[in-house]
Amino acid sequence: MQVPEELHYTKDHEWLRVEGDTAVVGITDYAQSQLGDIVYVELPQVGDEVAASKPFGTVEAVKAVSDIISPVSGEVTEVNDDIAAAPEKIKESPYGDGWLIKIKMSDAGEVDALLKAADYKGIIA
Amino acid sequence: MSGACYFPNTAADRKAMLEAIGAYRFEDLLEDIPEVLRIKGGLDLKPALSEYEARKLLGRLAGLNASAEAYACFMGAGSYDHYVPSIVSEIASRPEFYTAYTPYQAEISQGTLQSIYEFQSMMARLTGMEISNASLYDGATAMAEAVLMALGMSRKSKVVASGCMNPMRLGVINTYLEGGTAEVVMTGREEGVTRPEDIASLVDEDTGCVIVESPNFFGLAEDLEAIGAAVKDKNVLFIVSVDPTSLGILAPPSAFGADIAVGEGQSLGNPMNYGGPNLGFIATTRKHMRKLPGRIVGKTVDADGNPCFCLTLQTREQHIRRERATSNICTNQALNALSATVYLSWLGEQGLRELGETCLSLAAYAARELKALGIMPRFAGPFFKEFAVDLGVDAETFVEDALEHGILAGVPLGRFYPDLKNCLLVAFTEKRTRAEIDILVSLIAGAGGGGAKA
Amino acid sequence: MNIGTTMLDKSERGKRAFTLPRPDVEKVDPASVFASGLIREGPVGLPEVSEPEIARHFVNLSVLNHHVDRDFYPLGSCTMKYNPKVGGHVSALPGFSGLHPMVPDSAAQGALAVMYEVGRALCEITGMDDITVAPAAGAHGELTGMLMVRAYHAAQGKQRKKVLIPDSAHGTNPASVAVAGYESVEVPSGPDGRIEPGALKEFLGDDVAAIMITNPNTLGLFETHIREVTDLVHESGGLVYMDGANMNALLGISRPGDFGVDIVHLNLHKTFSTPHGGGGPGSGPVAVKRHLIPFLPVPYICKQDGAYRRSWEHGKSIGRIHTFYGNFAVMVRAYCYIIMMGPDGIRRVAEDSLINANYLLARVKDRLDVPYGEKCKHEFVASGKKFLARGVRTNDIAKRLMDYGFHPPTVYFPLIVEEALMIEPTETESRATLDSFAEALIKISEEIESDPELVKGAPHNTPVRRVDEAGAARSLDVAQ
Repeated sequence: MQVPEELHYTKDHEWLRVEGDTAVVGITDYAQSQLGDIVYVELPQVGDEVAASKPFGTVEAVKAVSDIISPVSGEVTEVNDDIAAAPEKIKESPYGDGWLIKIKMSDAGEVDALLKAADYKGIIA
Repeated sequence: MSGACYFPNTAADRKAMLEAIGAYRFEDLLEDIPEVLRIKGGLDLKPALSEYEARKLLGRLAGLNASAEAYACFMGAGSYDHYVPSIVSEIASRPEFYTAYTPYQAEISQGTLQSIYEFQSMMARLTGMEISNASLYDGATAMAEAVLMALGMSRKSKVVASGCMNPMRLGVINTYLEGGTAEVVMTGREEGVTRPEDIASLVDEDTGCVIVESPNFFGLAEDLEAIGAAVKDKNVLFIVSVDPTSLGILAPPSAFGADIAVGEGQSLGNPMNYGGPNLGFIATTRKHMRKLPGRIVGKTVDADGNPCFCLTLQTREQHIRRERATSNICTNQALNALSATVYLSWLGEQGLRELGETCLSLAAYAARELKALGIMPRFAGPFFKEFAVDLGVDAETFVEDALEHGILAGVPLGRFYPDLKNCLLVAFTEKRTRAEIDILVSLIAGAGGGGAKA
Repeated sequence: MNIGTTMLDKSERGKRAFTLPRPDVEKVDPASVFASGLIREGPVGLPEVSEPEIARHFVNLSVLNHHVDRDFYPLGSCTMKYNPKVGGHVSALPGFSGLHPMVPDSAAQGALAVMYEVGRALCEITGMDDITVAPAAGAHGELTGMLMVRAYHAAQGKQRKKVLIPDSAHGTNPASVAVAGYESVEVPSGPDGRIEPGALKEFLGDDVAAIMITNPNTLGLFETHIREVTDLVHESGGLVYMDGANMNALLGISRPGDFGVDIVHLNLHKTFSTPHGGGGPGSGPVAVKRHLIPFLPVPYICKQDGAYRRSWEHGKSIGRIHTFYGNFAVMVRAYCYIIMMGPDGIRRVAEDSLINANYLLARVKDRLDVPYGEKCKHEFVASGKKFLARGVRTNDIAKRLMDYGFHPPTVYFPLIVEEALMIEPTETESRATLDSFAEALIKISEEIESDPELVKGAPHNTPVRRVDEAGAARSLDVAQ
């Protein structure tokens, strides 16, 4: 189960990478393994506002749906358009090509409240 | 013991099974039911009848009804006396179809699944839409679900509806909306058709959808071109309810920019059955597919790569999404959809057109005969297989009297609209003959002549 | 049979099956009646085939189905009992099937009698005061009931916001609650699988409109403290709605009306033997206590001076929930069933279902875990969790059961049991069938040990092998 050290995590199995004042967000390897074959992802649009701890989309397997909870607040600046046509990217590369959205953070301090890799590993153990 | 028909286990089985369970008597299995909650004595129901006696009783009850078997039926208003071909009832009576469960386990349900896929395909083609679901309870609840779907997608709370829609269906829409804050505003019905400018004037920034029906409740075709253009102009979701038997001759909802097409499919190979079971259908574009309520069958392959079918997009449904499902529907009208599929196969491309032309011609004949006697349809405008006529006398009384002549004369409109209590809605299916129509016309002529004379 | 070859595929221009009367009236051209923009352009795209081809096509499709007349369907919560053939005969009587719903009451006394009398019988069976037979299915009944709850509280002058639902509830429960405009609040089941009155108190308040229970619950257990539960809910001003899907266990033994239920829906296509039809039509009558009568939907079926009639003026009705009166032909079948069973037969349904379920439980409990007790009512829930160690899931066991000729039980429900199998045999199964099924489960548990790949690769003997549902959800080929 991959849990890259340099990323931040939520208890709801999202990951976050900081790039300046932008956060790149996706779901973890653990999350995608629990879901099974992902068939559809519902994502917000560029310009939408997202709030920390609130859902911004859903990820669907054949017989399950999960909310994707935003780790931080801000405005969506980019959405991974490749995911719609190829949801399997989330399975193949959850932390790389499987990224979901980029958020311009309204409060970078929110990142401090997130879990570090070691803590997240503890949750999924 | 009476009523012992459908129990394979004998007293000996029962005894052996209780032993295997480790119970001394049956009552040991009721331990978790407090004594005070157990029925004392038996239920107050009549003693069991034999199968013959039950058939006799029900036969007697059936014989009390004025059905289309013995009467020429000119009644419509959402339920029509169309012919149900033998092949349809034959297939729908096969235990492989009717005793089967919902096809959740695809590998042993391919018969049901493929027939639903074919139903979806035919309904999509009929309505010109891209995708149909596997059925809803009836045309009214289909309309209600379409409205909820549109309101959910638009996140608005106002519905603009044609006042010429079937009032029973409108009633159901209103009931379904009671759980929310949405309101329905309606256009007038004075002329029996909807004025496109009335629709346009009611649509505002709170409007989530516009819904119209064509042919409408009074049997008239709406000006869907103008209404569709007005709706498109306002950029609001457009729901059109249709009579599927008209779609061999009339353009489908897709031609007018409909986002969602709905309707009542009872006319497609299902008997009237005193109002149910019916067949609601809902069809939409691929864009809105994920918001459709109810079951949808998809084509796929199995582990050997062979073509097969399964329920799909299940994440919309209640058993997965629960309170966030697109609808609460579970059991639908699958067997009625099967009947419609067989019926549409039987009728086919040519038959649907001919059916439409036949109904149209019979209705037109009736109108011409009435006109020759100075009686005009109550509302001016092009009608398909149904129209309203003012009798000049109370329509309910007229209908009761007409029974003595072997005629179910039509649906009195006073129940729905007190100002129309002298009006009768008369419908003409392919089962009606010239001779039957002549009797109806003479009865109407004899009643008082009508309030809308030429 | 080439699965996937449709009527459209077999279509050929010039073939026809239909014959239509040629009426002796002038043929009217639609173009002379309707504006040109309303006329259909181009073909509809329906098939053109002959009747023999239609017959073969659908008959060959039909034999691909498992069905109750073929073999066992131990589907928990579905009550897949035998569908009496007499039901098909009586519902097809022309006096019923050929009856238009709007004929005057005087000309529909037989049909109205069926609706009224089946309603009275269902009230007696459930211990309730009145009923609507209009809902077309259980979920439709749930919505109807919830809208009546809404109307009741509105009439009290105070709308409430929440409905409590146990975590073992069927998915339609929270879905119906949501459509009715309420927020559903999940109440955890106690350690014995039942609602705990003490824990429930925490959830009650004056913003709770109702609790929605199932009794017996979806674990197949009677809610022993039900009376306390309903008393508590009533004390706080709420109503008790019961999902009657599991009535098969209570018939003639215990009545919802006697343990404090205010509204209950029934499933005629479960408890009352009407066929499932491959997914419908069903029928979901809703029975109520006196204080809810004013809110019943219209039309209201009643009997006055010996005659049956429909009334549209009814109290503070929630309005119409169906175009007409519900799935009437289904009610005819259910009524026939009830009058043939009589009170003794009705009671025996419950007795034999309990015996059958407990017998099956006893036979399999050494191989499958049954988390909630050694006795059950008409169904029990087992767990396939222990087989995960061999890489085998409940889904695989379900598919392997098909190779033995059985339809699998309900799987992955209720949500509170991991890798759940919900097994309900019903009273119309013989001991021999139950033994065969138990033996199949035992064999499969042995296969899981000796040859797990066999189970994981199941089914092997069915018309198609395991279906690629993920592929279906991605390609979304839903119409030809």
